[in-house]
Amino acid sequence: MAAKVDYKLIVGLEIHVHLATKSKMFCGCELVYGGSPNSRVCPVCVGMPGSLPVMNKQAYEFAVLTATALNCQIARLTKWDRKNYYYPDLPKNYQITQYDLPLSHDGFIEIPLEDGTIKRVGIIRAHLEEDAGKNTHELGNFSAVDLNRAGAPLLEIVTAPDMNSAIEVRLMSQELQRIVRYLGVSEADMQKGHMRFEPNVNLHIYKKGQTYKTPICEIKNLNSFRAIERSVTYEVQRQLEEFLETGKTMQMGNKRTYGWDDVHQVTVLQREKEESHDYRYFPEPDLVPVELNDIWLEQIKSRLGELPLQKQQRFIGQYGLSHYDAAVLTADKATAQYFEAVVQAGADAKRACNLITQTGQKLANQNNTTVDKLGISPQNMAKLAQMTDKGQISTSAAAQIMAAIVGKDTNPEQIAKAENLLQTSDAGAIEALVNQVLAENADAVKEIVSKGKKAQKAVGFLMGQIIQKSKGQANPKIVSEILNRKLAQLPGQS
Amino acid sequence: MLEGLNAIQLRENIRSGKIQSRQAAEYALKRIEKLNPSIGAYLNVFADKAMEQARAIDAKVAAGKPVGLLAGVPIAVKDNICYTEGTTTCGSKILANFRPPYNAHVVEKLLAADAVILGKTNLDEFAMGSSTENSGLQKTVNPWDKSRVPGGSSGGSAAAMAAGLCFAALGSDTGGSIRQPASFCGIVGLKPTYGRVSRYGLVAYGSSLDQIGPLTTCVEDAAMMLQVIAGHDQRDSTSVDNQTAPVTDYLSQVEKPIDGLKIAIVPELIDKAEASVRNAVRAALELYKKLGATLVEVQMPHFDYSIAAYYVIATAEASSNLARYDGCHYGYRSPNAHDYIEVYSKSRAEGFGAEVKRRIMLGTFALSSGYYDAYYLKALKVRNLIRRDFTNAFAKADCLMMPVAPSTAFKFGEKMDDPLQMYLADVYTLAVNLAGVPGISIPCGFDDKKLPIGLQIIGPAFSEDKLLRIGRMFESKTNYHRQKPTLQE
Amino acid sequence: MSQNINRQQVEKVAHLSRLDLTEQELELFSGQLSAIVEYIQKLNELKTDDVEPLAHCLPIHNVFRQDTVRPSLNVEKALENAPDRVDDFFKVPQILEESGA
Repeated sequence: MAAKVDYKLIVGLEIHVHLATKSKMFCGCELVYGGSPNSRVCPVCVGMPGSLPVMNKQAYEFAVLTATALNCQIARLTKWDRKNYYYPDLPKNYQITQYDLPLSHDGFIEIPLEDGTIKRVGIIRAHLEEDAGKNTHELGNFSAVDLNRAGAPLLEIVTAPDMNSAIEVRLMSQELQRIVRYLGVSEADMQKGHMRFEPNVNLHIYKKGQTYKTPICEIKNLNSFRAIERSVTYEVQRQLEEFLETGKTMQMGNKRTYGWDDVHQVTVLQREKEESHDYRYFPEPDLVPVELNDIWLEQIKSRLGELPLQKQQRFIGQYGLSHYDAAVLTADKATAQYFEAVVQAGADAKRACNLITQTGQKLANQNNTTVDKLGISPQNMAKLAQMTDKGQISTSAAAQIMAAIVGKDTNPEQIAKAENLLQTSDAGAIEALVNQVLAENADAVKEIVSKGKKAQKAVGFLMGQIIQKSKGQANPKIVSEILNRKLAQLPGQS
Repeated sequence: MLEGLNAIQLRENIRSGKIQSRQAAEYALKRIEKLNPSIGAYLNVFADKAMEQARAIDAKVAAGKPVGLLAGVPIAVKDNICYTEGTTTCGSKILANFRPPYNAHVVEKLLAADAVILGKTNLDEFAMGSSTENSGLQKTVNPWDKSRVPGGSSGGSAAAMAAGLCFAALGSDTGGSIRQPASFCGIVGLKPTYGRVSRYGLVAYGSSLDQIGPLTTCVEDAAMMLQVIAGHDQRDSTSVDNQTAPVTDYLSQVEKPIDGLKIAIVPELIDKAEASVRNAVRAALELYKKLGATLVEVQMPHFDYSIAAYYVIATAEASSNLARYDGCHYGYRSPNAHDYIEVYSKSRAEGFGAEVKRRIMLGTFALSSGYYDAYYLKALKVRNLIRRDFTNAFAKADCLMMPVAPSTAFKFGEKMDDPLQMYLADVYTLAVNLAGVPGISIPCGFDDKKLPIGLQIIGPAFSEDKLLRIGRMFESKTNYHRQKPTLQE
Repeated sequence: MSQNINRQQVEKVAHLSRLDLTEQELELFSGQLSAIVEYIQKLNELKTDDVEPLAHCLPIHNVFRQDTVRPSLNVEKALENAPDRVDDFFKVPQILEESGA
């Protein structure tokens, strides 16, 4: 364990987002997850002789939309370039990408930190490119290449090195996922490889008035947000130790690539001294530039909608929700919209929030779906909320009813009646029951009178009796209120 | 009956039922069988498929159904244009067994116009060359003199035309590869404006320079062929749309001469050619004057730099376009490759010929880190200057005229030892591709060895209709295009 | 701008181009490429500081396709020309290192 050293962690992220178009970036092959190998390919994406690329308009618009959400400058003239390198999953042995005139640059993203503050991270650029195919290595001493993914549209986003903790890196990644999902430009499922995150990590170490910068290390092969956070944390330690041992600092060309080993929870060196790949970028002669005029840009911008952080902050203000609750509700757009529909239908915001985020979420997980797709209309969810607020049902009854109406959207009142879950909060009726039970249980009463506050068991017993007498319908809160009032009125009670 | 007919005449005869398509196909196939072994124009002949196509057209005609613009005309296609029949080799060992699963746009157009495709013709490997000597598969000779080259890179198509082994042919032109062999073989060769004809299915060499075009007996036939293959193709992003440049009716206008024709010439350029070429071109200009044209002397101060600019830009694009030939997804894989790096480097080293390797390396060099600005970027700027020269010339005249090549067909091996010498001979044609404008080569004479000489007519972008009319003006008053080489038949 | 291309540069470029050249080829090409590169220096005679590079000859922008799915190749057709295959995959000797991306 390294001795206490004064340092600052510097992280920039490179993110690749798979855009949710129906067809590929430069040809009409369908984009499917898990199709049988080489079943979604054509002369263009196999790079056959004589084939030519044609740009997918939707991919461009998705990219501009995302860049706008990231507060970027949108280029009015953008062009395509070739990045030349050899690899079997890259059929043309060049990738069509954007080099010197990307579709957007110089933006920022605001990420809500756990304490409610906002951190701003700069976005250097966001551009479009095509994805490569997939190599499978595990089949023996050869590699098997599947080109189904070759040509899929990718939005590459490069952030400024503005993140200073592993948590910030994770939060940034999660916020970006939230944004692209809100915009509907990507499914952004990390397990399906829709979003790839590559942190570039180094440390600024302060020693005796000098600042030492460790070599930048790029981390690959991260399949979850947890892995992102853990790998950065690990790198901090590793770089600290390495520096203290070797004193190596950042120099031109000594950026390294590490792979995250999720099994052993360590980063493993993959490439020492990044042999600067000479990609020989040059303008793609087979594609013409894109000129974006005001009208088109406005059309695209009009599809922006309310962004997640905006919505989250609005929920706090408008509905009086906590930061935490607002964050949970706005984690995905459909849930947030559902929440608002439920409130619109007459529910109290806090109650609706609890119902949705607690039982609702649990049921959604069980059913492998989201709350808005449980098949419970906002009207019925609102009803459930109102019934709970009015004391007509207990919170546990509400949970039970919700479970019962999943997929059926039955009126909760019906279920409550049928399952005998209706509580009465009628004070008069309850008082009568309390009086009855008190009268019938003189011994318990005597115990309470003599022991006073120490007779909790007896009080509990009486509570139970009253509830039983009411066939479970008495609102326990009201019972408790009335019972305790009556007990306090007994001689000898204070 | 078939001998001496041009493509349009043949088409008319087939349409009217006077001649059957299968007769024309048989005629061509017989000639191929007899003469191709000594000429080497065709790499691959599709006798059965061609007869099948011919019979289908005959059936259409017999049934009174409408037939296309090329009804029954037997055509040869350069072997860097994808056709699902047989192989598309690009004249290279690396694609010797490649069978494309799709047809090029122009092939689709030919077939839709009811043409009969006889086979694929030889070329310099991947269209890189000016003599067809760089073919990795076969040798093609000039039918006018078998000790001489047919020109390149569309030498196979040109030789096939000159020897009467087809009635029309398609070639491709990146730096003169249609016009120069047309000139060497005494036929008409047209390179359309960049973007006029779809490149979808043309195996790429220099993507910003390549165009497909016809090689024919006469200007009228070239007009007809262009009519068939020109037009927007949504599969080619560099194919111009019908609003920016509509396809006009080339054929119907071709007989109309241009009144008050103004021809721009650069006298110093004409002077660079050898005597026979100079004289033939100057004589042609005199004929135009007699037909009412005026000559305008213009300056094109950057023309001389086109060779240097071309060999940077074309090779840079080629180095990237040919990277895909790596023995992984299609094409030749070296049996000597033991790991995946060797699959690339040995397959490519064994599959590519010397000229291709040279150009790939030159292009890679020009794009590489530290050299990009000085070479590639510089060349692109010079390209702009060259285009301006053409724009300035066309402000003063309807067209530009000059030789196609500094000499007539040279002997085999004459320029093979010094690649630079070969490049320098492209002086008249390269600039046209750099500027993206159209150019046509029409027969305008012979040298003392009875070797053909071509006149190059160049026009502004999308002025093919005019170029064809201008060419026809000369052709209608001369007989050079009707002369054929004497072949041992 | 370098005047020439030397033998070392030719070797480097051959590697970048994935061409496994023989000794004779390296010798021959070094000389030939050197002469060609020297010729290309001619471009330096022209002043181009105020000239825009011309990458595209065409006056067109914004060529797109709609995001509609079109039929893909049948997998047999896709693999028909493959030098080697295993099941429905292209087969290449084992790749030992990470991609160049």
